[in-house]
Amino acid sequence: MLEVKDLHVEVEGQAILKGLSLSIKAGEVHAIMGPNGAGKSTLSAVIAGKDGYEVTRGSITFEGKDVLEMEIEERAQAGLLLGFQYPVEIPGVKNIYLLKAALNAQRKARGEEEVPAPEFMKLIKDKLGEMKMDASFLQRAVNEGFSGGEKKRNEILQMLVLQPKLAMLDEIDSGLDIDAMKVVADGVNSLRAADRGILLVTHYQRLLDYIVPDQVHVLVDGRIAKSGDAELAKQLESRGYDWVVEESAA
Amino acid sequence: MATEEMEQLVRRDYKEGFVTDIESDTLPPGLDESTIAFISNKKGEPEWMLEWRLDAYRQWLKMTPPSWAHLDYPPIDYQAISYFSAPKRPEDRPQSLDEVDPKLLETYEKLGIPLHERAALAGVAVDAVFDSVSVTTTFKEKLGEAGVIFCSISEAIRDHPELIKQYLGTVVPVADNYFAALNSAVFTDGSFVFVPEGVTCPMELSTYFRINAANTGQFERTLIICESRAQVSYLEGCTAPMRDENQLHAAVVELVALDDAYIKYSTVQNWYPGDEDGKGGIYNFVTKRGDCRGARSRISWTQVETGSAITWKYPSCILRGRDSIGEFYSVAVTNGRQQADTGTKMIHIGEGTRSYIVSKGISAGKSNQSYRGLVKIGPRAKGARNFTQCDSLLIGDKCGAHTFPYQEIGNSTATIEHEATTSKIGEDQLFYCQSRGISEEDAVSMIVNGFCKDVFQELPMEFAVEAEALLNVTLEGAVG
Repeated sequence: MLEVKDLHVEVEGQAILKGLSLSIKAGEVHAIMGPNGAGKSTLSAVIAGKDGYEVTRGSITFEGKDVLEMEIEERAQAGLLLGFQYPVEIPGVKNIYLLKAALNAQRKARGEEEVPAPEFMKLIKDKLGEMKMDASFLQRAVNEGFSGGEKKRNEILQMLVLQPKLAMLDEIDSGLDIDAMKVVADGVNSLRAADRGILLVTHYQRLLDYIVPDQVHVLVDGRIAKSGDAELAKQLESRGYDWVVEESAA
Repeated sequence: MATEEMEQLVRRDYKEGFVTDIESDTLPPGLDESTIAFISNKKGEPEWMLEWRLDAYRQWLKMTPPSWAHLDYPPIDYQAISYFSAPKRPEDRPQSLDEVDPKLLETYEKLGIPLHERAALAGVAVDAVFDSVSVTTTFKEKLGEAGVIFCSISEAIRDHPELIKQYLGTVVPVADNYFAALNSAVFTDGSFVFVPEGVTCPMELSTYFRINAANTGQFERTLIICESRAQVSYLEGCTAPMRDENQLHAAVVELVALDDAYIKYSTVQNWYPGDEDGKGGIYNFVTKRGDCRGARSRISWTQVETGSAITWKYPSCILRGRDSIGEFYSVAVTNGRQQADTGTKMIHIGEGTRSYIVSKGISAGKSNQSYRGLVKIGPRAKGARNFTQCDSLLIGDKCGAHTFPYQEIGNSTATIEHEATTSKIGEDQLFYCQSRGISEEDAVSMIVNGFCKDVFQELPMEFAVEAEALLNVTLEGAVG
């Protein structure tokens, strides 16, 4: 469903991605790993359409459509959804309001009616339960005063409600204790489906003990240096990244 | 619809508002004592009222316009203004909504304004299309039963002279400031409300109800009195862009709350802000002051200001009564070339008095906005408390926000808290919302409404809904 070909990206004139190619099919879970500064977060940010990233070469297509030609919201409406490493606080805007606005925006883009209130409440209650979140979350302002774990759970909650075709999760495990990570991982696992792709960006292997990926890619200096299955992640855990870096330099 | 288009539409309507034929009882431009005598006479006022006006005029002559505000406008020629014009005749107005600019109606639609009110706002000869008679009658009967007086200030001067003599000018003295003195000399309309002891006004009073009786005056004068244990909620203005022919507006509003009385005064102001260069927009120089004269009385100002080319406005409370409370909740939005210098004054005189200020300023385009707040604690105001929160939100990088807090503390037992923030509408916040599928415009309105929430929740319910819609229309096209 997602095809990234020979992607070159610059930020403020500096090359970050230097010819990255990646193909994700429906039903697959891909993990992007790599040392700090390799450009891991850049990839998901470019796919989501964040400002300040200049694509100088290459293409991104999603279900045959040119993603780079789409507005940010159109990408989300098409089913590409990014879970943030640092979710943003929006004071005064209730969490439930953002969820409903986002869901309705996506339904509208599909030519559907707005979600009826009772149906929406039922949906939200189910998903809150899955993420072990209290209903009071809905009335709090978006991410305001949330702990690190609460913010990450909230990102997954949005995914569960919005049901994207491709879920991109940027360092969803950073700053989580082991219990919070299990809850987040359970949430991600429940997103796994035959018609959905998942792209995990992570620095540490430990997340992949809970979410077992179909493919692991190691990103070094703006390119995928090595790909493999879940076993590759385990090797990285024991051997670190240096050997991949050396291999790719050779 | 982009902001500019909207401005153009409002301006076009503004031009249409001019009536070229001078009716016999419309005064030519100019101001002297005979002008004032003419106004007083037209209004059928008693001799003492004329003297009161002339006194104000003579004091005004000796005053100079204030120059301290962070505003920039050419000097106003007071001799070029006509100080009295009779209401337009019904046959000169549009006869039905079919004759009104469809774009204006579209704006009303967006704002969710009820059909019958759209006609009145668009200046349609309302009696023909709008069944207001029965509404007004029921409403007057209900108020009458409760003993509440709600009428125009002119009627009050004729029918309730004892109340006018007792209260008019006691909160804002005739020579209080340049614009208040001018208003005192030449005011032609406004509202009068009197709620007798122990009565809670059975409904929210709105200037909507008087829309038939008179157009918004250039020099409005409003006086609201709540006797002991009386309560009233008063709504001023409306969210729709108002047709208006007068550039200078200098209103005076006086509120008097006696023991245990509560007055809630809510304003939504959306006058013509001018073209992209700020030309032709309304100058809104208003003096609003509440006097918490009685013990445990409470006055609450809530305002949403989006219109006008220039706004100069500081709704204030004089906290005289022991344990009285003053509140000020404000959202001011400026776009284009609008300028606003607004804020509040809380004058603590009595013991145990409390004041609470929440000001939210939103600047977009090339607009400039200042918050000016004075908290003054007198020597007898033992244990007085103030809390001020003053937040500014900038949209884009060509606008400005300034905060001028003044504190004069004459008492060591007072507690003063001041919090101020200035933030730029975050690229990150926008991206976050958009990456959830929400359009940029909806995201801006969501973020801005969130920013204003503390104030909107102080507005009466229907007003709050309209205010949100208004904010969205005002900021359309502000980003991107």
